[in-house]
Amino acid sequence: MVATPTVLEPGALPPGAAELRSRVREFLAETPFTARCDSWLTGADPAFSRRLGERGWLGMTLPERYGGHGRSPLERFVVIEELLAAGAPVGAHWIADRQTGPSVLANGTEEQKERFLPAIARGECFFAIGMSEPDSGSDLASVRTRAKRDGDGWRLHGTKVWTSGAHIAHAILVLARSAPRSDDRHAGLSQFIVALPDERVTIRPIRGLASEHHFNEVVLDGVFVPGSMVLGRIGDGWRQVTAELAYERSGPERLLSTFMLVRLLHGRAPDAAARRALGGLTARLWSLRQASLAVAGALARGDTPELPAALVKDLGTRFEREVVEAARAHAGVEPDLGSPDPLARALAESVVQAPGFTLRGGTNEILRGIVARGLGVR
Amino acid sequence: MGLLEETANDILSGDDPWPALEESGLALVGVPEEAGGSGGDPADAAAVLRAAGYHAAAVPLAETLLAGGLLAGAGLRVPQGVLTAVSGEVEAVEDRGGWTLTGTFRRVPWARSARGLVVLGNGLAAIVDPAHARIREGANVAGEPRDDVVLPGVRAEAAAPCTADAAELRRRGALARAVQLTGAMRRALDLAVRYAGEREQFGRPVGRFQAVQQMLAELAGEATVADVAVRAAVRAPGDPVAVAAAKANASRAAGTVAAIAHQVHGALGVTEEHVLRRVTLRLWSWRDEYGNETAWADDLGAAIAGAPDPWAFITGP
Ligand SMILES: Cc1cc2nc3c(=O)[nH]c(=O)nc-3n(C[C@H](O)[C@H](O)[C@H](O)COP(=O)(O)OP(=O)(O)OC[C@H]3O[C@@H](n4cnc5c(N)ncnc54)[C@H](O)[C@@H]3O)c2cc1C
Repeated sequence: MVATPTVLEPGALPPGAAELRSRVREFLAETPFTARCDSWLTGADPAFSRRLGERGWLGMTLPERYGGHGRSPLERFVVIEELLAAGAPVGAHWIADRQTGPSVLANGTEEQKERFLPAIARGECFFAIGMSEPDSGSDLASVRTRAKRDGDGWRLHGTKVWTSGAHIAHAILVLARSAPRSDDRHAGLSQFIVALPDERVTIRPIRGLASEHHFNEVVLDGVFVPGSMVLGRIGDGWRQVTAELAYERSGPERLLSTFMLVRLLHGRAPDAAARRALGGLTARLWSLRQASLAVAGALARGDTPELPAALVKDLGTRFEREVVEAARAHAGVEPDLGSPDPLARALAESVVQAPGFTLRGGTNEILRGIVARGLGVR
Repeated sequence: MGLLEETANDILSGDDPWPALEESGLALVGVPEEAGGSGGDPADAAAVLRAAGYHAAAVPLAETLLAGGLLAGAGLRVPQGVLTAVSGEVEAVEDRGGWTLTGTFRRVPWARSARGLVVLGNGLAAIVDPAHARIREGANVAGEPRDDVVLPGVRAEAAAPCTADAAELRRRGALARAVQLTGAMRRALDLAVRYAGEREQFGRPVGRFQAVQQMLAELAGEATVADVAVRAAVRAPGDPVAVAAAKANASRAAGTVAAIAHQVHGALGVTEEHVLRRVTLRLWSWRDEYGNETAWADDLGAAIAGAPDPWAFITGP
């Protein structure tokens, strides 16, 4: 028997999860906000983020001595899936809470941890990801942004693109080449924390399909980064970003970007055909959620389930599109961003964001390549 | 792999596994010992059933486990031998301290081989000897017996009141088939991955072609997600949402998995001789038995439409 390395044990939610869940639901019921599809990318509301911080629902897995709450990743899973399913505006803090916080905790100096982690947990420090460049997308190791030594620090030159939320972020975590390219293309890369604003950093909007502003072009024109703001070790950037991407993949945000549509469709007294469609979506979502939960459980145990995380993201993001198609078939409304009808609006938000679902965080083709390598055929 | 799984794999990879399954007690794993079963929990039963699916073994294991569980649930003794369960329109008449059953049942799995037919209906579970039944043999596309059975007033060997009804049998049957499907999907994945590494065209293994790699990754994704969902449902066998969702998803995945496995195998896979045939014919049969993805979507759709909050419906309490 060939054992393919893809068996996942179901993830079990910890005791207290049900109570935590109902507290989040109560909070959502009593807190006013504008619900929208894909709210973790396009729904930024700093005041809402601070309220979550007050409740202890940001930086949940960070240690208490850094202002975190020492909770398990599965407890965080419960909180974020509730927020996402409600379409709550979590975009401002999303990246800091999901990946930069854990990355600073894992790789940062004491000074960096004290400076950033408590502020992240309060919802007062937002981060952006400075990985992609005009000529470096899937082939991330080819980044050309250069870091040059300058005294006890570094100067960065280069251009980052698609930098989500850079215009509201307090800092960008930039991946740059700190040593010339060699035969090992993953060597010589490092991560730098660039505090914002800075006069040598120019942030310009790149407008999306609906002319909306969520991502940016970021030009680094010799911005100075003190040695104390290098994250982790110089030359260790590739290992660090790869570990960071594990947090980026297979979370509930890879299934729920369009869940608002299910909610709204459900509220419209669905006919038999729509009920069947809702039932089909429910079966798929229930199953994908189990897989996402299982990966979260594996991460909580300290495993690095790279292959399962990649395949969950591949199937999950395609499901997010399937929801859009089902909603189109049964909503009886046309997509309209300016409509007073929430269903028409949510449909429009989903349609225009859907192409991004299978690109951001590593395209589905790249993810399937990771799976194929795990299967041993690549 | 646990000891139970190892034993199950050893037996089920053999030529005629049923006698060894009975002898080892695996044919009644998960059925309480007090009732005549081998003990163990639903996860143990699922492990054996998954192995049977993996090896595409032609054995009435799911049927015996299901029927045994129903008998035990009704407080009846579970006999050794092949069992199968049915429900439907049954007329049950009590006389002289016993029951006489009349009814017609379609596509009963393995009826011709059964030593006992467990009949659910009218709030009763009864066991009858199929020797007294009229059986018209039929089969699913994998060649597994699916027989029509007529009980022309047959006296039950034993009967007792039972809370499980036709809906419950359908649910348990769906969970069992879902487990079998995940075993068979994993086999399809293993076969496809191995073949892609061995078969050479254009001077290299076909698995080196990115188009083939992408297909295999999709196959792995479907098989893995279906598997973990079914494992979660096995942990909550009484949760109707879990079972419905897991079976609907496994049935849906089975089609994708079979199609990709065949595409990767080329013409060799569509031959009578090839082992893939035993796997995919079962995928195409089991996905439709005890409710396919459309039937369960209708169930879930009706339930969710009546629920106050669709999200709470999915997460449970
Ligand atoms: C909404 C959104 C938000 C984003 N936010 C951020 C952010 O905050 N920070 C950041 O750094 N980046 C961000 N990105 C960028 C994202 O990481 C890239 O889009 C992604 O890595 C793909 O790169 P690319 O767009 O340049 O596509 P390319 O890499 O140019 O790919 C083009 C096409 O070729 C395919 N392709 C490429 N290489 C291969 C291969 N080896 N095999 C098979 N197919 C291949 C791809 O799958 C794709 O279909 C964001 C993207 C989107 C859509």
